[in-house]
Amino acid sequence: MRLTQGTFSFLPDLSDAQIRAQIEYCLGRGWAVSVEYTDDPHPRNAYWEMYGMPMFDLKDAAGVMAEVDACRKTFPRHYVKVNAFDATHGWESLRLSFIVNRPPNEPGFALDREEGAGRMQRYSLRAYAAERPEGERY
Amino acid sequence: MSAPESLPLDLEQLYRDSNVAGVLEALERELVGLAPVKTRVREIAALLVVEKLRRSVGLEAGAPSLHMSFTGNPGTGKTTVALRMAEILHALGYSRKGHLVAVTRDDLVGQYIGHTAPKTKEVLKRAMGGVLFIDEAYYLYRPENERDYGQEAIEILLQVMENQREDLVVILAGYKDRMDRFFSSNPGMASRIAHHIDFPDYKEDELLAIAGLMLDNMKYRLDPGAEAALREYIGLRKTRPHFANARSIRNALDRARLRQAKRLFEQRGAPLTREALMTITAEDIRASRVFEAAGEPR
Repeated sequence: MRLTQGTFSFLPDLSDAQIRAQIEYCLGRGWAVSVEYTDDPHPRNAYWEMYGMPMFDLKDAAGVMAEVDACRKTFPRHYVKVNAFDATHGWESLRLSFIVNRPPNEPGFALDREEGAGRMQRYSLRAYAAERPEGERY
Repeated sequence: MSAPESLPLDLEQLYRDSNVAGVLEALERELVGLAPVKTRVREIAALLVVEKLRRSVGLEAGAPSLHMSFTGNPGTGKTTVALRMAEILHALGYSRKGHLVAVTRDDLVGQYIGHTAPKTKEVLKRAMGGVLFIDEAYYLYRPENERDYGQEAIEILLQVMENQREDLVVILAGYKDRMDRFFSSNPGMASRIAHHIDFPDYKEDELLAIAGLMLDNMKYRLDPGAEAALREYIGLRKTRPHFANARSIRNALDRARLRQAKRLFEQRGAPLTREALMTITAEDIRASRVFEAAGEPR
């Protein structure tokens, strides 16, 4: 099951040229771009690991692309995403976030049902990959 | 798609279409002297225009290496030319953004183990798409301390200079003798720099012309007596210690402005014209200590 998250979740994976163009757009707007990775695909896993510091004061996407490539090389079987943070007053939050690397095969999620009091059903998602310890998942 | 070999190509057209001509004219107009520098800039400009034309007919040759080293005495315009170079390379379409990131040893080298690499990489990332200007680059290498982290910064620099030369241009600058020593102990660095440009000292006439340009920019002018005084000042100042070419001239003009302001202030009550506000007179310049036989120049 292909994991989709973030701004371009409805599109096929972006090519490097497209990623570069998106980063160029972010830098043009003055947003700070950062790279993050994880191997826990759960949708509620909002805090991924940071790959290096967020990059401020960059003028050109080449610097971010180098960082993205380095992260992909270090974690070829992890999810990697690019975030763009807008620090202007009133926003102070992520404006753009999209996945740039994914493991070769993604086993997907199990839906767990739990019987509660009075026939109440609780549902939860569990990633098959997350059954193994961190770092050995994909 | 490659054009037939014999089809005439219009280099002139391409030259006119790019804004290279304007950039080169501005360089000629706004920088005095510096003949070897201007020649080299012209050559680089020609190479890049021809390269563009070659690419248009399918003759790819990879990005030329444009890393440079600027050597010369203080105040010969190394930083100014570096700034210009960033603009020129941008106008020629070689560098994508055309900004200049000026750094010194402190910005590249860390203070403890493992601090240097991220610091250098961060600077390199900021400079991508533009020009990285490393002032007094010889401080990066300190042979007297074999555990100095400068070497680490140099290695990272070399790697990026080699592998990402389409992303950034590195310009090293410094005084001639120390740069020569730096290159002789870092042959890897010397061989990766294609353009070694030496900035000559300015002659007296050139310094006077520079003073004229600076005054124009500051909206001042010299009266005839002041011009003679300035010429004399330059002649004397050149022989004094710590002479820093154009920088000394700028400082002298700044001090003349101070004295002019003081003179006008002391005459307050008398009618004052726009003309008087603009004019620096001989006495403003001759009050300099350089004209006294003894004493340190201010």
